[in-house]
Amino acid sequence: MRRWVLPAILLAGLIGLWQVAASTGALKDALNLQSFLVPSPAEVAESLWENRALLAENAWVTLREMVFGILAAVVVGVGFAVGMHRWQVMRDAAYPLIVASQTIPVLVIAPILTVWFGYGIAPKVVIIALVCFFPLTINALDGLRAVEPEAVKMMRSLDASRWQLFRRVEAPTALPHLFTGAKIAVVIAPIGAVFAEWAGSSAGLGHLIQSDTANFEVARQFATVAVLSALALALMALTVLAERRVVGWR
Amino acid sequence: MKPQLADLEQISSSARNTGSELSLRGVSHSYGELATLAAIDLQVEAGEVVGLVGPSGCGKSTLLELICGLREPDGGEIAIEGNAGARDRLARCAFMPQRDLLLPWYSAIDNAALALRNQGMRREPARAAARDLFERFGLGGFETARPAELSGGMRQRVAFLRTLIAGKPLLALDEPFAALDAITRGQMQEWLATAVRTDPRTVVLVTHDVEEALYLCDRVVVLSARPARIVAEYSAPVRRTEKRDAAVTGAEFAATREKALQSLREGSR
Repeated sequence: MRRWVLPAILLAGLIGLWQVAASTGALKDALNLQSFLVPSPAEVAESLWENRALLAENAWVTLREMVFGILAAVVVGVGFAVGMHRWQVMRDAAYPLIVASQTIPVLVIAPILTVWFGYGIAPKVVIIALVCFFPLTINALDGLRAVEPEAVKMMRSLDASRWQLFRRVEAPTALPHLFTGAKIAVVIAPIGAVFAEWAGSSAGLGHLIQSDTANFEVARQFATVAVLSALALALMALTVLAERRVVGWR
Repeated sequence: MKPQLADLEQISSSARNTGSELSLRGVSHSYGELATLAAIDLQVEAGEVVGLVGPSGCGKSTLLELICGLREPDGGEIAIEGNAGARDRLARCAFMPQRDLLLPWYSAIDNAALALRNQGMRREPARAAARDLFERFGLGGFETARPAELSGGMRQRVAFLRTLIAGKPLLALDEPFAALDAITRGQMQEWLATAVRTDPRTVVLVTHDVEEALYLCDRVVVLSARPARIVAEYSAPVRRTEKRDAAVTGAEFAATREKALQSLREGSR
């Protein structure tokens, strides 16, 4: 209970403060802005309700991008981790490059990928996969390396093939680590999605935020951000549920 | 690396039931500059239980891994039933590591049946085979328990059954009871003595506990500090019985234990 109640109280308190600051005009005076640029939480909620169809439509676009992007990252990340675990040569060759790839800002490659792959879902999936595959790869690799050398000897002595060793010892050992990576991936996926949509798109929550910036639709921008957060939290909840089901022995 | 079915079928059924002979000739090994074993010669008869005792870090565990075919020695030859290849040895040995290393994602019975599953048996027949041993070895009722729910002694029993069920003629046990408290260790020693008597195999037991070795083994080999060589051998003063307290308090047992400890001290220098 406490785990939910305390953050809920804190959130309610912050929203209440914001409501008071916005509705009394204190916030807009402090920022020296017109009131439509400084919406109160009530106005954001109103915008959320009024634009529900538009938001749902764009949320669906972004959700699909994120789900496909994360799934692609899981496939690529697990593939890299298993390969680097299995072949030392691959680890020595690829590991530094994988780390280096994370120093390239998404902001820079997003427009390039849009030029290459067009305005559809493809560049978004690639960009989200690119930001998500790093935590997945590194955590999965750590997990595979967490296997005890003695357990490997025991399995070999009990007639295990390479595949049986992977299936019965290495993979289950790595799974909790993989889920840790997945939780990080789910949280950073929306950032990748927004940057990808900003680089060129015709729909999606990031696209909506961008066009609202041009039109000073600040209330709807807040509403869009709230929807984006809700999507990320829902994906997080799904990941945690899946973890509990799959890693039941913990 | 995996032993092929042909390797497993070569092992005679009589050897599976009573164990098979092991011979080491001039076995030496080193890790880089560090010499761990120096010219070990040892002959173990089929069905014999031999204890390897030595100071910590002397290379006992390395010797066990070499015997099991998990490594090849730098020099000399290790043969089981006359077969000297690492793969042949791997097919004939079951290795029990120091810690139980039960897999937390499997139930106790699935942990015990691990070797049968690896050998290609389907889940249900493998469980049925393990269930039989659970009853015989005092683990009945704990088949579906997760390893985390078992006590240290129980976990060690499951780990031993996992080694036994593999059906190998030679069991290699690496300090199986080192992590247990004194009372549980005593109980486990009696349990193992019974298990080895009812299900005879060739056993090589590594331990740093002289008393444990003399109680459980037919013969105890004392190794020196690194690089390990054999400094002394002692025959067990009493036949293995399940009455540990009576066995280890006898005058002859105590005298042999003191002599063995003396050899151990001299070899440690």
